Amino acid sequence: MADKNTKLTPEEIYKLAKLANLSLNEEQIKKLADSVSSILSYVSQLQSLNTANIEETAQVTGQENVFREDIVDNERMLTQEEALSNAKDKHNGYFMVKAIFEEE
Amino acid sequence: MITDKSIKEIHLGLRKKEFSCEELIKETYGNIEKYDSRINSAITIVDKKTVLDKARQTDNGKKEFDLLTGMPFVLKDVYVTRGIRTTCASNVLADYIPQYDATVYKKLLDLGALLIGKMNQDAWGHGGSTENTDFGPTHNPWDLKRVAGGSSGGPAAAISGRMTVFAIGEDTGGSIRNPAAWCNITGLKVTCGRVSRYGAIAYASSFDTIGPMGKSAEDCAVILERIAGKDPYDATSSPASVPKYTSFLNKPLKGRKIALPKDLLGKGLDVEIKNAILKAVNKFAEIGAEIEEVTMPIFDYGLAVYYVIAPCETSSNLARYDGIRYGFDRSKFTEETIRRIMIGTYALSAGYYDAFYRKAQKARTLFIKAYQDILSKYDAILMPVNPTPPTVIGELMSDPLQNLLADFYTVTQNPVGVPSLAVPCGFTKDKLPIGMQLIGKMFTEELLLNIGHQYQQVTEWHKQKPDIIS
Repeated sequence: MADKNTKLTPEEIYKLAKLANLSLNEEQIKKLADSVSSILSYVSQLQSLNTANIEETAQVTGQENVFREDIVDNERMLTQEEALSNAKDKHNGYFMVKAIFEEE
Repeated sequence: MITDKSIKEIHLGLRKKEFSCEELIKETYGNIEKYDSRINSAITIVDKKTVLDKARQTDNGKKEFDLLTGMPFVLKDVYVTRGIRTTCASNVLADYIPQYDATVYKKLLDLGALLIGKMNQDAWGHGGSTENTDFGPTHNPWDLKRVAGGSSGGPAAAISGRMTVFAIGEDTGGSIRNPAAWCNITGLKVTCGRVSRYGAIAYASSFDTIGPMGKSAEDCAVILERIAGKDPYDATSSPASVPKYTSFLNKPLKGRKIALPKDLLGKGLDVEIKNAILKAVNKFAEIGAEIEEVTMPIFDYGLAVYYVIAPCETSSNLARYDGIRYGFDRSKFTEETIRRIMIGTYALSAGYYDAFYRKAQKARTLFIKAYQDILSKYDAILMPVNPTPPTVIGELMSDPLQNLLADFYTVTQNPVGVPSLAVPCGFTKDKLPIGMQLIGKMFTEELLLNIGHQYQQVTEWHKQKPDIIS
């Protein structure tokens, strides 16, 4: 797995692109296979760092469970027109999206 | 030029009617018209007539007003501004007109500061040279062949080019400090949580910080005391009280202890930069600080920690850009951004999560300990900002790994959360700017600004401006 010779195949890049919702052409995939592999190989040096019994750190603000009152803040409310103002596809005051379920 | 002066001096000039706000605004727009076709610091310029109207209102307004009232400023194009296009330097957001204001912007508007432009950067913060932008690279005003640094390259170049008095940048792994050092200005990466991030387009959420960029530590102190503080709209903003940063500036440095990690001044560091840092060390000693050498061997792993966690967080943050509610679809991402999304997606996927993401989060804990060890004994750590002078445009873009090494000194403070002030400390023989950074404990911005200000009282580096700006 993670070592300094990490080498991703074009098939793996294609799968990652699919997971990341990116459509890439063959040339992009080929280039990325090289550059992503070289960076993954570089960061694999982390394996040589001794982290036994070390806790992970996910954030450094020192804050946990910050709550607010469950009330509507009118100052932060957009009108329907404002909410739709940047949408390219809309219909009767709704965002238009591609169908998710196909009809049988 | 009026814009050569400090915020305080300009404020006094406005109050005493030595010059008008209208003249000040005309000067900034004049400089944009004169220089920005060559520098390319701006993505969107705010309509001049609108800003001039506001300037005249300031001139005819109250006799007593805030230090930032009527003061022209620019934003890195990462902050949403209602009714003004916000691109993050990406074609994905090429036509995005936000419906609300970022908190930092709103605070400045409420004080009567005047927004002049939305500035160039590496798209989504992905880069250290303002070359990964869909709006053309920003050129360094000190040498137009070279990069301005990044990712907040546009704001830094605009201050250097006197197209604004100050700027708000954003720093995820050096994005304020790197261009500040390469453009000979002063920039502060604040403690994570010090300034609200509401309305800032996220790159890597556990690293992102918002901070001031200006011509001096004093200017940064003036700005920070007005933008810092708890914001109910950003749950990660800190409830810690906001010090009056300017009241600490004049404290003498006698007895202050500064650590110099000598193992970071070796291989890979440009000799002229090293010499400039050592001269700054002498200067600090002259004004009463005690400098001691330390080592930070863990730095060898800094880039690896950054280049796992930041891509992981960005792959998640950028998942929202689907072109449905705003902007264009994902085919508009640049190669560099696609690469970071792919690395993050890989490092977070089943089977690789432990080896990359979890391992990097553990290494992050070790970095926190390493900084704590030194900062429990010293007031600040002094080190370079960049390993080299600004690179020639195009030089770094061809080699992603080489590009990454340029961030060596600035990527480890963000995972730890500590503040860091970048201050000009010299020039190369070709007159390219050199910067140093002073890193402190969490929430000790007042001390870093104090040290930076005291240094700027006995040096002239920060007062220099590019030859082309006359």
